[in-house]
Amino acid sequence: MELAEAIILSVLSASTPLLIAATGELVTERAGVLNLGVEGMMIMGAVCGFGGALYTGSITIGALCGIIAGTAMSLLFALMTLGLAVNQVATGLALTIFGVGLSGLIGASVVGEQITAAPHLHIPGLTDLPLLGHVLFGQDAFVYLSIALIVGVWYFLYRTRAGLILRACGDNHVSAHALGYPVLRIRLLAVMFGGACAGLAGAYLPLAYTPFFIPGMTAGRGWIALALVVFASWLPARLVAGAYLFGAVSILQLHAQGAGIGIPSQFMSSLPYLATVIVLVALSRTRSGGSTAPAALGTVFVPDR
Amino acid sequence: MRKTFFAAAAALLLLGSLGGSAEAADKLKVGFIYLGPIGDLGWTYQHDLARQALDKEFGDKIETTYLENVPEGPDAERAIEQLVRAGNKLIFTTSFGYMDPTLKVAKKYPNVHFEHATGFKKDKNMSIYNGRFYEGRYIQGVIAGKMSKTGVLGYIASFPIPEVIMGINATMLGAQTVNPNIKVKIIWVNTWFDPPKEADAAKALVDQGADVIMQHTDSPAAMKIAAERGKLAFGQDSEMIKFGPTTQLTSIIDNWAPYYIARVKAELDGTWKEEDTWGGLKSQMVVMAPFTNMPDDVKKLAEDTKAAIIDGKLLPFKCPVVDQDGKTVECKGGDHLDDGQVLGMHFYVKGVDDKMPAK
Amino acid sequence: MQLVLEKRTERSNAIAVISPLIAIALTIVTMSILFALLGKNPVTALAVYFIDPLTDGYSLQEIAVKATPLVMIAIGLSLCYLANAWNIGAEGQFLIGAVAGSWIAVRTQGSDAGAWVLPAMLVLAAAAGALYALIPALCRVKFGASEILTSLMLVYVADLFLDYLVRGPWRDPNGYNFPTTADFDPVATVPTLVEGGRLHLGSIIALVVVAAAAVLLGRTIKGFEIRVVGAAPRAARFGGFNANQLILLTFAISGALAGLAGIIEVAGPIGHLQPGISPGYGFTAIIVAFLGRLNPIGILIAGLFLALTFIGGEQAQIAMKIPLDVTKVFQGILLFYVLACDSLILYRFRLILPTRKVARGAR
Repeated sequence: MELAEAIILSVLSASTPLLIAATGELVTERAGVLNLGVEGMMIMGAVCGFGGALYTGSITIGALCGIIAGTAMSLLFALMTLGLAVNQVATGLALTIFGVGLSGLIGASVVGEQITAAPHLHIPGLTDLPLLGHVLFGQDAFVYLSIALIVGVWYFLYRTRAGLILRACGDNHVSAHALGYPVLRIRLLAVMFGGACAGLAGAYLPLAYTPFFIPGMTAGRGWIALALVVFASWLPARLVAGAYLFGAVSILQLHAQGAGIGIPSQFMSSLPYLATVIVLVALSRTRSGGSTAPAALGTVFVPDR
Repeated sequence: MRKTFFAAAAALLLLGSLGGSAEAADKLKVGFIYLGPIGDLGWTYQHDLARQALDKEFGDKIETTYLENVPEGPDAERAIEQLVRAGNKLIFTTSFGYMDPTLKVAKKYPNVHFEHATGFKKDKNMSIYNGRFYEGRYIQGVIAGKMSKTGVLGYIASFPIPEVIMGINATMLGAQTVNPNIKVKIIWVNTWFDPPKEADAAKALVDQGADVIMQHTDSPAAMKIAAERGKLAFGQDSEMIKFGPTTQLTSIIDNWAPYYIARVKAELDGTWKEEDTWGGLKSQMVVMAPFTNMPDDVKKLAEDTKAAIIDGKLLPFKCPVVDQDGKTVECKGGDHLDDGQVLGMHFYVKGVDDKMPAK
Repeated sequence: MQLVLEKRTERSNAIAVISPLIAIALTIVTMSILFALLGKNPVTALAVYFIDPLTDGYSLQEIAVKATPLVMIAIGLSLCYLANAWNIGAEGQFLIGAVAGSWIAVRTQGSDAGAWVLPAMLVLAAAAGALYALIPALCRVKFGASEILTSLMLVYVADLFLDYLVRGPWRDPNGYNFPTTADFDPVATVPTLVEGGRLHLGSIIALVVVAAAAVLLGRTIKGFEIRVVGAAPRAARFGGFNANQLILLTFAISGALAGLAGIIEVAGPIGHLQPGISPGYGFTAIIVAFLGRLNPIGILIAGLFLALTFIGGEQAQIAMKIPLDVTKVFQGILLFYVLACDSLILYRFRLILPTRKVARGAR
């Protein structure tokens, strides 16, 4: 296997959880809700996904458990921010701390167990093609699902009426409400979708990446997913590029070390974060002083009757 | 007569009950401070196995307690002191970063005894202990040198501290005895424990041509990747063969139980005194997992190397030791580098192409 | 029939007073259930968590020591949050402040420097923290970039920078090449206040900060501006308050306080610079700020309370083998309940009963 192909494969694996989690958060934020609890939802998805796969022997059930866990966590968030009009930033942070702690408690009993990792696709003839064979035809289900998800979200947001309404809720919820659209219900569904994606992304780690669970194994990926959404200016196409870019930076810095390039490893490790800040600033500059966030992002909405 | 008899019986009963409560009070409380979770399958897991061995060995005579996930900062000092205040008389602090906190608490409580792992500061009531893991690394180097077809070893290193660097050097010195042209690729992951990152590092090493993977991190992630890719690997801290039945060559196992049992026994006997223990294969603080997945001649070579180290005939850091730049390192131990030099090791031996981070 | 939330015409002061009590009560009930599920006696567990640490001098001192950085950082954060500027990067500002102050300590190591060293360290740390916080603030003010994400990303950068320094240039030459600086000289150390304990000058400084913030917010024009610009931005604009300037100001103050907390931790309880000087103070302080309802006295109480749970959590692990993760769960649940109960100050529930549909002049 060529080194280039091998690197691309590693990048794909590293980027997939970021892409899935960011896709969910993109939808949530386009509807006007800022959910900072992605890390908490992801780690709960990881522990429940692993537990599900461990006890049933099925990766699919594991993935479903992860999705359910993430959705349940997001429901808690929705109850607070949509039902009780609580500040979204504080609630998201509380969700993260709660999720990390709870996952540690639940996970204590499964640490040390291992499962069989998710199988990779193998189409005779196609998979063994040089360079792109494995990249295109040799991935596990999560990778294909991540692509399908973001394409589906793009289609939903820009080619369906429902997606248009959702975007309206994020840009101007007052007008959307005046037009008679159920803003809170739409936001609830968006938040749940975000939770489901975060749970799935978290489950990917123990189900496909390293087939065991360790407390805290998400290691900040949830925060990177949040950064990705902003990095992508809330646009699906840019999100894919961003996710793979982040994955690439984190993989390439390891390869650079192995190849003996003598830059301090801490500097290399900090590159994805510095890159985010730089891109955030650069993107915002080109829009004459304003960012392209959904205008109503993070605002509390209590419909007057 | 009867009165005296009853009085005597009552007195005996009283004494007996006092003796009973004195026995309960005599129960030695032993405390442990762990850096990670006991389920980490690595460093902390092995310490906890040893703690459980203590429970088994001494039964009712002792009561062990532990605090896990204690960060190495100001919280550590409090955690240690909490153990003291809870009545523990012998406390093991199992990570380098607990050194200063342990020292501070030791000064405060001269009647409590402390055992600190992998550090260098000690006191009248504070011992230090460590394992000569580099002896195991040397053997691994010999095996790797023989088993590697590409002549490139992959090393997943955590932090550029002497403990890790002496491991790399010992590995290379061992490998060079069977393959003078052996090469090593080193990736610093800046963590003791991050399975996805360790997996990524393992993949990168394999992609760049390494076919024997070794690690100084705690999780079995690298072993799994090596297994997936059909390469060979060494486990770390604990037995990792279940993660790579046809992959693991051997593993360096931290075997703290004999040392812990000896120290608790000394405490119970009242003979505990401050010591500086750096035990290796000979004292069985370092144990090698069975040599597997290798041809018989390599296995024999490994066994012979191990025996030679135990007998003292083979010294991993035998002089002359030449560093990366070709300079011969000053030999302070007569015919081998002395303990101080090894403990502070911050150079690569010749043959390592990596640039030392943080020189 | 539906249950809807609607805004009250004016704040309910009654709820404002009892809401924290309801929140605490609900938390205690939930935690009791959790303890029972874990197989532990809820009453004993609650006692070990909340009552035992209050019963001896050592624990009380430790509570103060743990609360000091939390309160200091949280006060700064509260100023930002009141102005609707979301500083999530206090952790990074803490680290940078610690690094900057430590620079003086490392440079004057061994030399017979005078008593100016410690005050200089504190001042430099505060300045560095303020400058580091101004980066995300400027990105927001000049470029409109989200300060939540820029400040957060900079936390990772600060952490890696600290790591690089202690493993490289600032490593103690007599430390066997382990990643820490040499222990700070006595002139570079924060003095303790009580013999045999860890209570130190930093706690006094924290109290001064609380008082200063109370004065700033309650009695000065700037404080008024800060509160208005967050609560009623349009009114603020009409009043001529410069929102951008206030964002920069609050971020700078917040960064300075975080940096100050950082050097006090390093020059006090720790005594040298090493990786891992913060177990997440910058993030825990966010909880403290919200628990304290962005009010200086409230933050002082919340900080002490949260510190109590940390100490209690450790004692619970020793005495009852309750995992430390329970402390995190507890903090998350407490914050949820406090936020939820507080929402009832501004909003209330109303039950809308189904009305008969009346066709009136239907056409």
